[in-house]
Amino acid sequence: MELLNEIFVAPFADMVAAPDFLLQVLWEGLVSGVLYALIALGFVLIFRSSRILNFAQGIMVVFAALTMVGLHEKGVPAWIAVALTLVVMFGLAVAIERAVLRPLVGQPDIILFMATIGITLFLIGAGEIIFGGENKVMITEELGIPTGDTVLEPWGGLLILQHGDITVVLVAAALVLALLLFLGKTRMGRAIRALGDDHQAALSVGISLQTIWVLVWFIAGIIALVTGIAWGSRAGVSFALEVIAYKALPVLMLGGLESISGAIIGGLMIGMLEKLFEIYWGGPLLGGNTESWFAYVLALLVLLFRPQGLFGEKIIERV
Amino acid sequence: MLYRTAGQFKTSYRADQALFPIRQDAFLLGVILLCAWVIFPLTASEFTFQTILTPILIYSLAALGLNILTGFAGQLSLGTGAFMGVGAYACYKLITLMPWLNPVVAILMSGVFSAGVGVLFGIPSLRIKGFYLAIATLAAQFFLVWLFEKWAWLYNFNSSGAIQVPNLDMFGLYVAGPQASSMTQYYLVLGITCLLTWICINLTRGTLGRTWKATRDMDIAAELIGIDLMRSKLTAFAVSSYVVGVAGALFVFMWRGAAEPNLFDIPLSFRVLFIAIIGGLGSVLGNYLGAILIVGLPVVLNTVPRAIGIEIDSALVEHLNIMIVGTLIIFFLVVEPHGLNQLWRLIREKLIIWPFPH
Repeated sequence: MELLNEIFVAPFADMVAAPDFLLQVLWEGLVSGVLYALIALGFVLIFRSSRILNFAQGIMVVFAALTMVGLHEKGVPAWIAVALTLVVMFGLAVAIERAVLRPLVGQPDIILFMATIGITLFLIGAGEIIFGGENKVMITEELGIPTGDTVLEPWGGLLILQHGDITVVLVAAALVLALLLFLGKTRMGRAIRALGDDHQAALSVGISLQTIWVLVWFIAGIIALVTGIAWGSRAGVSFALEVIAYKALPVLMLGGLESISGAIIGGLMIGMLEKLFEIYWGGPLLGGNTESWFAYVLALLVLLFRPQGLFGEKIIERV
Repeated sequence: MLYRTAGQFKTSYRADQALFPIRQDAFLLGVILLCAWVIFPLTASEFTFQTILTPILIYSLAALGLNILTGFAGQLSLGTGAFMGVGAYACYKLITLMPWLNPVVAILMSGVFSAGVGVLFGIPSLRIKGFYLAIATLAAQFFLVWLFEKWAWLYNFNSSGAIQVPNLDMFGLYVAGPQASSMTQYYLVLGITCLLTWICINLTRGTLGRTWKATRDMDIAAELIGIDLMRSKLTAFAVSSYVVGVAGALFVFMWRGAAEPNLFDIPLSFRVLFIAIIGGLGSVLGNYLGAILIVGLPVVLNTVPRAIGIEIDSALVEHLNIMIVGTLIIFFLVVEPHGLNQLWRLIREKLIIWPFPH
């Protein structure tokens, strides 16, 4: 009885009793959810255009953030460091396409997946050698990200919104919007979507596979940089940031590997639900730190009922 | 020349289906077994046992377990590390709850627990396929490691949160814990590895193995010819998790001596996956070749530059090591996507027809 009360009654009573705290939790969840959605979007773009589950997305976040901070430490002004990092990410995209993807065209999915793990290891090693393993501080002020906070008082309570977080949400939303526009309205964007729908047909109308691959990996690099800046300004830049990739994987399961809108909605959902669960159920009942697996278990439960994710394409199988 | 098959006639189906239809293969295996059972132990130093021989065997066994699931039954799993953990913790609980239990029996029994957990996490595979399933197995990975950390009963409410292997003896000889000698432990690992490998080879050749392969190649077609997919997939999960669990128990009890929950985290899963893939999915021999490469490489990188007089900072070596392993993975995937096993098969083919190319 006590346990049932703890599970089904007490958390909701807490929520009603302190709505401002609930709002705060939801806001925090929203901020991480936006970042999960961004990373998941990087995954989806690469998956749609090349059927690769890009495991290196997480390390690309670290690599981009490290490159930027490292350049800044060498005395490069912040915004030029950003531009140079983009150049580096472009170089990386070209190198990956040349050295890894091109020789592996047409191999089974798992082989390509393993290759991205190989890329991950390579980048970890290279990053450690070039930049060192210690935690670095993200250059938030130099980039002009505000650091103050706004205190709201809904229902006489307290709701603290960090200005940095607001900026993150706005920038991420803008980036997502820009991506959607790019995919929907430009020639290149349409080519990416065509490749996602049917490889052979896209090739036969003259879409260049190589160009598109470089392009999507570069977009993934841009996303990595933005996520790196956002996440790094909250937790510092270190290789621990890599875990954010593991956060995005259940988002993909939930939203469907091919679905762009699924990645966005899934990301926001998981961001908020995992915070809610951690605060109201996980912490008091299970000893905390449930965020490491909650998203996976949630996604697993959803998949049991919808094997292709909430927004994935219906899987039709023929023998 | 050395691999001439001419004159080795098969006069019955039985002979044709034998494990080693060619005499030279059996001879080669004999040489390898002789090395493993007699020559290496006689010549190896303590260092070799600890850094090369025992870990290679344990990693091969873990990769073999994963290979049954991924290579033979086609279900990609990223949660191997956690299943090794289940084996290790189960063994620890068995040993501490029943101290009179024979350590070998405890190790072999601990696999049963990981098999049970494996079947539980294998149930989604009936509905989920491909990458979705791979991500789903990550649920097992993260959840189980979290459980090892939070469920204090598992590590006997130890304040450090780690499990420590006690001194265990078998017929008056210490086989685990600080007092056991490396050679005893090596022989124990070797014995269990040989036994399980033998069982697995025959399982994959038999009816069960054929249903797994049919499931892997196309599960709908397999279902249409009357294979019970649920049984096929779940037995694959059970057998695979059993082997992986035993490997996990050996990993902690015969090699590491102690374990914290984060030892079983995702890098371990990937390590085993690399071994299985570099060795060759769907092969038994490949696991050993892959393990030799992945375990041996860091040792070579650590000792060779020093031996020829180049001093490298040990942190740099470690990072270089990661980088080289990453590069090697890509290199092997590009050169031979079917792994080292395929490479050996090609060499063997060439040897058989040598000196004539056709």
